[in-house]
Amino acid sequence: MENASPPPAGNGSWTPRIVAFFCNWCTYTAADLAGVSRMKYAANTLTIRLMCSGRVDPQFILEAFARGADGVLIGGCHPNDCHYAEGNYKMLRRFQLLKRMLQDLGIAEARLRLEWISAAEGEKVKSVINDMVKKITALGPLDLPGKFADGDRELTAPAPAESEVTHV
Amino acid sequence: MSKPKVAFYWCASCGGCEETVVDLAEDILGVVEKVDIVLWPVAMDFKYKDVEAMADQSIFATLLNGAIRSTEQEAMARLLRRKSRYLIAYGSCACTGGIPSLANQFAREQILKFNYEEAPSVVNETKTRPQLVFEEAGRHPHLPELHHVVRSLDQVVDVDYYIPGCPPTPKITQAAVAALLDGRLPPKGAVLAPDIALCEECPRRDSKPADLSFTEFKRPHQKLLDPAKCFLTQGVVCLGPATRQGCGAQCISGNMPCTGCFGGTDRVKDQGAKILSSLCANLGPKEEAGINQVLAGIPDPVGTFYRYGLAKSLLRRKADLPMNNGK
Repeated sequence: MENASPPPAGNGSWTPRIVAFFCNWCTYTAADLAGVSRMKYAANTLTIRLMCSGRVDPQFILEAFARGADGVLIGGCHPNDCHYAEGNYKMLRRFQLLKRMLQDLGIAEARLRLEWISAAEGEKVKSVINDMVKKITALGPLDLPGKFADGDRELTAPAPAESEVTHV
Repeated sequence: MSKPKVAFYWCASCGGCEETVVDLAEDILGVVEKVDIVLWPVAMDFKYKDVEAMADQSIFATLLNGAIRSTEQEAMARLLRRKSRYLIAYGSCACTGGIPSLANQFAREQILKFNYEEAPSVVNETKTRPQLVFEEAGRHPHLPELHHVVRSLDQVVDVDYYIPGCPPTPKITQAAVAALLDGRLPPKGAVLAPDIALCEECPRRDSKPADLSFTEFKRPHQKLLDPAKCFLTQGVVCLGPATRQGCGAQCISGNMPCTGCFGGTDRVKDQGAKILSSLCANLGPKEEAGINQVLAGIPDPVGTFYRYGLAKSLLRRKADLPMNNGK
């Protein structure tokens, strides 16, 4: 996977890049509904469909930020509505601790958001994405790839390329 | 035929890794019989110029421990990389940043200010700080400069193999050295320890239920711990499920939970994210207030989940710190 090249900061043309993990059974269907209903909302999300919000490994979220996302949005089924009974609760618990840990690591709370959006709530997809884009635009770019590169300038030679994980 | 040359070097580390080499005890004589130790600053006297004078690639293997956090350590890592056929990251700090990389939560200026001015035990009225160059009796000694970012060895130079642990055990050290000397080498980039989670070899494995349901987390000093039961069933954070085995479950045998020093297995990209995921999924409560009440038992997630690997985590460092001198 290539790094999501972060839009250049500071020249006025930057807009947030948000990675959205949507549950197949509710939020993804809601986003579809928003589409077929021809609702207009900010085009800043890269949507990834998963079978359940419980499948959102916290590694996915950290990797999205590390590769240049300015925000991560997770959409799951309302409590009691999970297609797999428990997945959304697992996500909620992970989200609560991850949000606190990200703040400890200097990533503002508004950059990570969890929303329950049912298949019928196309309107909510629109309002949540628009609101998130507004809040992250106010925060400005996160640009972790840029920060990593900036940090590595203190080395006397370029840092080695990150190698793929070796399986033995 | 001359014996293969081996070097041991240390960077930002506590000396515990050197201790493991000494802990090989009489077995070290077996190693010494087979190799020439050409550099080992903790035990023998060497100068930089001795290393510089060696031919490139003339050292068979260098075992380097410690994180890279100063200009001198970076220069030595580069020099030893050039001089060695195999460069091996030895111990948690060299592999993943180790405890020194928890400093990646702070700016360099914060660290210097605390250590030279604000720490309760410091008496330094003139607020003297280490200088890069100073004059004494007409001479100008140089001191290394602290980097802004603490790094694992492979974030600075190319690394051939990894031997994890804080410190690595004599057993895996011996096995790794033997594999090197016999030429039984796995693919480059391999971690020379089993690729299975610690729970597999844990003596308390049978007491771990299939379903956990945490209602509170206690830290080890807050609770009298049952020496036979899985720590997770006792509500104590144990990193065993997200940590590579190979240590022989020594901490567990000492009635202390795993803190994760062997790092994740090969498939894991971020050990902290994995243990967070596993613990949280198994919480009892289903609504925010109840969840947060249980999670309050983990007051410092960064220090708990990335104790040995913040440098090599996906985020590497606190995101809002100034990078190069505040710029």
